[in-house]
Amino acid sequence: MDGTRVAQVLRHRGMLEIQLRHARDTFELNVSLRCPTPGVIALFGPSGAGKSTLAHIIAGLIPLQSGYIRLDGETLSDSALGIHIRPEQRGIGYVFQDARLFPHLSVSGNLRFASQRVGNRASYVAHDEVVSLLGLEALLGRRVHTLSGGERQRVALARALLLQPRMLILDEPLASIDTPRRAEVLPFLVRLRDRFSIPMLYVSHQYEEVLQLASYLAVIDQGSIRSAGQVSQLSQLHELQKYIGHEAVGAVLDAVVDAVDTSSNLASVTLGGQTLRFYLPNSNTGQRIRIHVLARDVMIATHAPTGLSVRNTIFCTLTQLYDEAPDSVIATLQFGKTVLLSRITRSAVNELQLKVGASVWALVKAASLRGNLL
Amino acid sequence: MLTPVEMEAFKLSLLISLASVLCNLPIAIPIAWLIGRYRFAGRALLDACVHLPLVLPPVVTGYLLLMLLGIHGPIGRWLYTTLDIRLAFTTTGAIIATAVMSFPFMVRAIRLSVEGIPPGLDEAARTLGAGPLDRFFQVTLPLILPGILAGMITAFAAGLGEFGAVITFASNIPGQTQTLPLALYTALQSPNGDVAAMRIAGLSVALGFLGLLAGEWMARALRKYYGTAAC
Repeated sequence: MDGTRVAQVLRHRGMLEIQLRHARDTFELNVSLRCPTPGVIALFGPSGAGKSTLAHIIAGLIPLQSGYIRLDGETLSDSALGIHIRPEQRGIGYVFQDARLFPHLSVSGNLRFASQRVGNRASYVAHDEVVSLLGLEALLGRRVHTLSGGERQRVALARALLLQPRMLILDEPLASIDTPRRAEVLPFLVRLRDRFSIPMLYVSHQYEEVLQLASYLAVIDQGSIRSAGQVSQLSQLHELQKYIGHEAVGAVLDAVVDAVDTSSNLASVTLGGQTLRFYLPNSNTGQRIRIHVLARDVMIATHAPTGLSVRNTIFCTLTQLYDEAPDSVIATLQFGKTVLLSRITRSAVNELQLKVGASVWALVKAASLRGNLL
Repeated sequence: MLTPVEMEAFKLSLLISLASVLCNLPIAIPIAWLIGRYRFAGRALLDACVHLPLVLPPVVTGYLLLMLLGIHGPIGRWLYTTLDIRLAFTTTGAIIATAVMSFPFMVRAIRLSVEGIPPGLDEAARTLGAGPLDRFFQVTLPLILPGILAGMITAFAAGLGEFGAVITFASNIPGQTQTLPLALYTALQSPNGDVAAMRIAGLSVALGFLGLLAGEWMARALRKYYGTAAC
């Protein structure tokens, strides 16, 4: 390897780079995306947006028509250079929506199928560890058709990990499980993310799941990436509302817990020089957390309020007023580098004479905030 | 009890039927896989060729075999002059005639199980690092095993009863090509053959029953093993 090539590889280390065009029938995928690795990248968008097709192309299951895919500086596909690493040699673990366990093998047979085909990749996932991490001890001897949907997905996850993958693609892994049972799988995904530092592409149309897992978000619609960036940054974009729905609009704040009041289960974080308190049982100082501050839960006051039960009173600047609907407005409130969104009525804007640049107080009830461990 | 000639016919029936099943296996699996799995030009034609012995009168199939493989036929003459192999009117010929006749049963059963493989397992195996041969032997083959066994049992049972093609191509030679149905036919032709015919018919019925029961038992065992749900 000569000097420039080394420099190139180093520059692209820690990146998933995709540039591709792919046409099928009347649908065209036209994707340009660069995301940092490792970490969870959410590929988020409505049904039929091209998420699954893109995931299949990245895994090599659908041949690339034109463009390139590079992972951490290594080319997986490049139509111009005629490179196409076959999926069986890519080392990308793929968890399908329908698990796709082999029915003629037991659970441990399915796991062995992967661990026998690792090839020359370095081993970083130990069998016993992944089995206990995913709670599969009691399932190992079971036949696949006796498993529940959630159990199947956990086995599929373990199988993909035992391939010692360089990347994991999770293609709507919760979509075929009924909602109450998703809780049987999601915490396991969080555990995997925290334990193994590999690139994970999480394909989903559920914003809720994205918020619990992902650090990076790429929104795809009608075959192209509409926006991409850190989840906390993207959450401020008004364009996102179209995809996440009215109710979910709100700022996503990533922070570190710096104090915990165990008597009231309130944790506090410092953002933009001000303190935000919220409800988070069993937390510890120093934990990284994510708070989703829904726009509907944030009130605005033009004077410093007194005598209120509200725990969070944050002094900030109104930086944007966005007409969300004929009768409602989303106000963007900034303090330091942190942003909150607030949904207020148009009549409130008129009565309070709110203008961009005004100094206001944002009021958020601690009880309406829920933190997630990140 | 059976006369020595009938005993011979019984053993010969088992041998010819079993041998025909074993001959068919390596050809039937790839063809069933091809038809069940892929859409390609000429698929309908291949499918029709496979089913031809099912719709032709068996005598016609036997006659066509005689035309091709008899010592005056294009293939038969070459086999006879260069390799000194004669197929018509031999046990091998009876095996070939039986194999051709039971081939469609075998392909149909295997093809059904190929079509029943849950979609996407092949893709899953690919992402898990399995190449084409690896996937065939470790995923496809174990999954179509029930179909292969079912096809073997059906073809074996059908082979026991094959008459028209065998008598046309391999004739009715005791000890060489005279299977149970042919022996039954001979018994019916002779003046005092009624009792012998009854014995042979009874034996055939018993064999048929055994075959069906074995097939059902096998299917049940496999269903239990694989489960009913596609995973």
